[in-house]
Formats: sequence, structure tokens, C-alpha cells
Amino acid sequence: MTVDRETVVVTGLGATTPLGGDAASTWAAMLAGRSGVRRLTEPWAERLPVRIAAPAAVDPAEIVGRVQARRMDRCEQFALVASREAWADAGAPEMDPERLGVSVTSGIGGIGSTLAGYDILKSKGWQRISPYTVPMLMPNGSAGWISMELGAHAGAHSLVSACASGAEAIGYGIDMIRSGRADVVMAGGTEAAIMPLNIGAFAVMRAMSTRNDDPERASRPFDKGRDGFVLGEGAGMLVLESLSHARQRGARVYAVAAGAGYSSDAYHIAHPAPDGAGVTSAIGRALADARVNPEQVVHVNAHATSTPEGDPLEARALVKALGSAADGVIVSSTKSMTGHLLGGAGAIESVAAIFALRDQVAPPTINLEDLDDDVPVDVATEPRPLTKRGTEPMAVVNNAFGFGGHNVSLVFTAA
Amino acid sequence: MTDQEILAGLGEIVEEIAGVPADEVTPSKSFVDDLDIDSLSMVEIAVAAQDKFGVEIPDDQLKDLTTVQDVVNFVAKNAGDSA
Repeated sequence: MTVDRETVVVTGLGATTPLGGDAASTWAAMLAGRSGVRRLTEPWAERLPVRIAAPAAVDPAEIVGRVQARRMDRCEQFALVASREAWADAGAPEMDPERLGVSVTSGIGGIGSTLAGYDILKSKGWQRISPYTVPMLMPNGSAGWISMELGAHAGAHSLVSACASGAEAIGYGIDMIRSGRADVVMAGGTEAAIMPLNIGAFAVMRAMSTRNDDPERASRPFDKGRDGFVLGEGAGMLVLESLSHARQRGARVYAVAAGAGYSSDAYHIAHPAPDGAGVTSAIGRALADARVNPEQVVHVNAHATSTPEGDPLEARALVKALGSAADGVIVSSTKSMTGHLLGGAGAIESVAAIFALRDQVAPPTINLEDLDDDVPVDVATEPRPLTKRGTEPMAVVNNAFGFGGHNVSLVFTAA
Repeated sequence: MTDQEILAGLGEIVEEIAGVPADEVTPSKSFVDDLDIDSLSMVEIAVAAQDKFGVEIPDDQLKDLTTVQDVVNFVAKNAGDSA
């Protein structure tokens, strides 16, 4: 069955992360194996069991300006900064605004504004709450701001699926173009959740690393000594475009956004199904949607957050999904360097996967000193060259999973 | 408080909240049409003006305060009454 459909390509990239204020510096830092994890110096951290995180390298408020920053949550500021970069990177196409869409989301939304607004409510009363509090706390706020920035009228959307949100937003962006609703879509995810409530709430689930004395080595996906994830913040953005539109304007094409696969575990609100069947399904469905054979896959940017439970489960599910073709696939978890950006993760890691495809190199997984015996895949601990297998174009996969049992897998192929 | 003092204080508030330079906040300017201030920021400005000048600005009167002069007049008339 081959139904004609629009091919969707990636023509712009943007990111602001713990490793750098833009996509290029983030990627360079990944290849250099740098950690963005730091000790938290805020007084509130002293009362928490987790006192480390990966804060953004560049304060977005300094870029968007003081007045604008008053009206935007930090996660919205990250999203705006990254989308401006991606738009410029795509050549800021002059186009019909009715054909330009936005699919940008956050796992949590403006939690900093929610907490600040509640503090003011309690201490000073309702009249002193910022009238921008609602637009700052709503998880679709970033999509709204970006639609205004770009003048995008085809629709602005924010699918929410916890830590799978950023990847799901990219999948929805692909669908917007395939279904004929848009020619170009700004797609990505953002998060700014390094807040005492979030850290306390994840810590009480025993989901976070407490390696407080050794921040740079705390995020260690697939390593035997891993003890939970490290929270990061920032945003990643992709400009998705129909191939015909990109060709017409002579745009530079990074990669084909070849397909997306989804599944839901329907098992537990915060634990993955132990057999990893949902992850296997999502990867298989993504490959089918992309019309890609397992043998084409050369690299996987894994969800692997450095939790004891999740990392081996994903590795085993990957082997099930790819079968014998899993041999020869180089797996990386860039969360070893950026920490876990929750709703921003799938977007930033898609940016990394696309750069990996362009440069034909897999980024390292740092801090992997002693591979877990239950991880049956080849994990890169240093930059590793990627080579084409067979005659079909190279493909890379990005996985993102979220509380709620959401599994999303994206496939990008060489342009 | 003279009208000039109120105007200067209001200019500081508008610059802080809406980013409009204080010297552009002149009596004849309309907040919406000339200074491009939306209704949400106007609420913030009103609350800040209440704190700074010690006046209550009820919602039903706020909507009638469309120009900088309107606010200066309101403050001049009501300052001290309700603080």
C-alpha cells in the first residue's frame, strides 16, 4: 500500500539548553561530552534531598527583554528564543500566513508563574496577582506567543503528554502538513520546571538522582550506578515544511521528518509497563509510518533518563522492535549531558538526532562507566561515526515517553 | 501632590510595566491608542498607581480613565481620601 502523501522535511533548527543558548553550541557541547548539571545554590534547595539540576546556559529573559519577560513564563521565553532561532535558520520564509502553523507544547506549563502567583495571592491578595498569570501558566501559552511572533494563522496547538510532549508536538506538526492544513509548522517543546515543588514532587517519587556531591556525573543513563534523572530546562524547535514548499523556495533541508509512532501503556500512571510492549509498539509504528526498514536505522537518541527502571526497559524494547537489525545501531542518551527537560526533551533530542544524521556522528553518553548487564544495545560513550547500512537512506530514531503511559517515537531520514 | 508629580510618578509606573519611556507618557496620550497598552497591563498600572498614590480606583471608574490626563485628574482629586 503506497498512498501518495506530502513528504515533510526539516528546514530549521533552534534550541536553548543547559549546554548552550542555541542549537549549534548545544550540539558542539554534546560532541565534546560536556555536562550542564550544576549544584543548585538557591536557598530553597537546602531543604530538598535533590540539590542539583541543569539550568539553561543563557537566561532567556535577557534576550526577550524586561517588559516582555514580565508577561511570559520562563518556559514561554525559552520557546520564543528557540523558535526565533529556528525561523531564522529556515531562512524566515515569506509565505501565506494561513499556511503556517504552530505545534509547540510543554509537559508542565508555566509552573514558576503558578507558584509565584499563588505566593502573591497568599501574601498580598488577589488584586496584586499579575493579570498575565493565566497566559503565563497555561501550557499552550508558548504556542500562542509563537503564533503571534510569526503571524501564523493555520492553527496553534499544544498536545500534552508529560515527558513525551515535545516529541508528540513534532508528530502532530508532521500530521498538519501531511493532512494539507499547513505548508510550514513550527514544532517543538519547552520546559522551565527547576522549582522546589517540582523537585520535591519528583524526589518523593524517588525518580531523581541524589548524587548531590558530584553533579556532573549524576546523570548516567544505562550505567549500573544510575540513581534517577536530573532535571534540566530549555526548549527545542524544528521548522517542519512540505518538501514541495521547501523546494519551491530553495530551502536548505536538514532531514526528512519521516514518521511518528505512538502507543499508550494503559498500565500505571507513573510506571512503564514492565514488558516494554508499549515502547516496542511505538518504535515499530514509527518505522512503519516512515516506511523505513529496521536495517536503515543507524542511531537512536534514547529517552533513557538515568532511572533504574526505565533505561534497560527501553533498551530491551528497542531490540524487540528492531530485531536482528538492532546489532549495528548506536544508541546515545544526551540526557547524560542536558539532564531531563521533560516536555522539552523530545524536541531537543530530535534536534540532536538530526544533527547526528547531518554530521554522521552519534553523540556520546557521558558517565557511562559500567554498562548495566540488562542493556543489550551498543551505547556510545564517545562520538561514534554513523555509516549507512545497505542502499536505503540512513535513519535515526528519537524516543520520548511520559507519565501517563505515553510512548512516542520519531524517525528522521537523511535528506 | 502636584499634577506634575503625579505625571512623573505615572510615567515611572508605565515605563516599568509596559516599557513605554516615561517621557512619552504625556497628558493627552490615550493608553490604548497612543501608548499601545492592553487591558491586562492597564489593570497592573492601576494597581501600581493605587499603591503609589494611595488612591482606590474602582473597576467601573478605571474603564473611564482612557488618557494620561484622566488618571492624573483622578489621582489629584482622590489622593488621600481613601489611603
